[in-house]
Amino acid sequence: MSETAPPVRKISSLFLAVIVVTLGLSIVALYQAIESYRNYQDFGAVLNFMMMGVFGLALSTYMLFQTRRRMLKLTVELQRVATTILCQKCGFKTIRDFQRGDYIFREAEACPKCNEKMLIASIYREVKEKEKTKEED
Amino acid sequence: MLTEISQIFPAEDNILGWLLQIVWIVFLVVFMFYGQRIQMWLMLKEVEGSLLRLRFMRDEGRKAAISIIKEMGKPEQDPTTRVDQFLEYVTLAPQDMDPSGIVWKLEHLLDVRDVRFKDEVKIMAPQADETQMNNLENTLEAALALNIIYKVIRHFYLLGKKTLSLYIVMQLQMVLPLVMREAEAFASALRAFTFGQPIGDGAGALVAAKLMYGHEKRKIPKDIVMAKVPIEGRTAYILKAEGPGGNVGKPGEAIKQIIEENGGKIATIIAVDAAQKLEGEKPGEVAEGVGVAIGGPGVEQFKVEETVLKYKIPVNAVVIKEDIGEAVSPMRKEIFDAVDAAIERIKRLILERTKEGDFVIIAGVGNTIGIGQ
Repeated sequence: MSETAPPVRKISSLFLAVIVVTLGLSIVALYQAIESYRNYQDFGAVLNFMMMGVFGLALSTYMLFQTRRRMLKLTVELQRVATTILCQKCGFKTIRDFQRGDYIFREAEACPKCNEKMLIASIYREVKEKEKTKEED
Repeated sequence: MLTEISQIFPAEDNILGWLLQIVWIVFLVVFMFYGQRIQMWLMLKEVEGSLLRLRFMRDEGRKAAISIIKEMGKPEQDPTTRVDQFLEYVTLAPQDMDPSGIVWKLEHLLDVRDVRFKDEVKIMAPQADETQMNNLENTLEAALALNIIYKVIRHFYLLGKKTLSLYIVMQLQMVLPLVMREAEAFASALRAFTFGQPIGDGAGALVAAKLMYGHEKRKIPKDIVMAKVPIEGRTAYILKAEGPGGNVGKPGEAIKQIIEENGGKIATIIAVDAAQKLEGEKPGEVAEGVGVAIGGPGVEQFKVEETVLKYKIPVNAVVIKEDIGEAVSPMRKEIFDAVDAAIERIKRLILERTKEGDFVIIAGVGNTIGIGQ
């Protein structure tokens, strides 16, 4: 499985147009709010334009981030798996990345300390704290 | 009332102000009449996004299966067509209008399926050894599962789009998070299967492997290894599927055989398996109980239940908690560490529930991929 597959999702042009129009209208609304305050000191109008502007801005930003999030998710994450090799005689332990052909209780290379055949004692993946909270939530 | 409504809109006298007021009114009118349509459109868009991800995972699974077959099996012909045919494989459940004897019908079907899968893998990858063959079979099964999930979701998505039925789309959208979790699990299982890494489901098999390591073993049908091990003054028949290839074997059949060989004189049976954890529970928590802890379609569990009923043998279960994602992805450290805790529980159970000189059966249930003995 590829770790960093290129994103294949295309963003619909209609969706993009909606985002751009909403963004444009929101900016106009905010500008209107400022104008209303400067020229007429009309606080009712300022409040309404501000409301529209902020709502539109929030909506378009949210839609934009949603598209980005979906694009980023189109990858399959690779998980690091570690193999622990243990010497049954002297207890010498070495940890390395998993290699194809490894399995628990397989005989491994000779121990560098006592020259006895070592054994694959464990194969596991360690979940990082951040991922752990995400997985367990 | 009219004055209150008019206060919602700003009383501006320039063009931009009017334009914004019109947009605001149009917005309200559109939402009033087309609200449900917009809601359905948004739901369909969400399902479409998930469908794209499912397609990506399905394609990755297919690619992974083809490349690993080429690498391990060294076939003379390109296996792509054969893999594509395999991914469309269907298994029809037996008819249950008359449920009597359905277990044996199901077992027969599963046996036929297993033989058929193995034969297919042999044809696709003639140079692969037995361990690689089992791993390839598991890889293809994970790719097959991803293909089925993708096609079922696509079916309901298109049906909802065609009929414009909010209820079809709504049901699909509601169930989607759970389906996606399962699909993600199979996607990570693919990597574990292609490399032959131990998976979370192998926790039970690892318990048995640790208990039987260094003792003489014999094979029992089907695909099970058994060792007679002295534990706390009792004799334990430890069994697990034969590793290190991806295999679950038939633990029910093996337990039945050992009970029959001993004329039913078994003090207790302890089955160790990975079990579905509830949200909020920690992965690797160990729990005890009674009953036959053998997952899968239920055939093996049924066989053991029938036999223990005949001889009135108590059955105990030790389970290691994990979710579906952890069960099929490379084994987490927490689950690996839980194996020693499970062994301690088993020893305590034996001391408390049996007498010295008794015979007990300890079955490590689960996929033994990446776990020797």
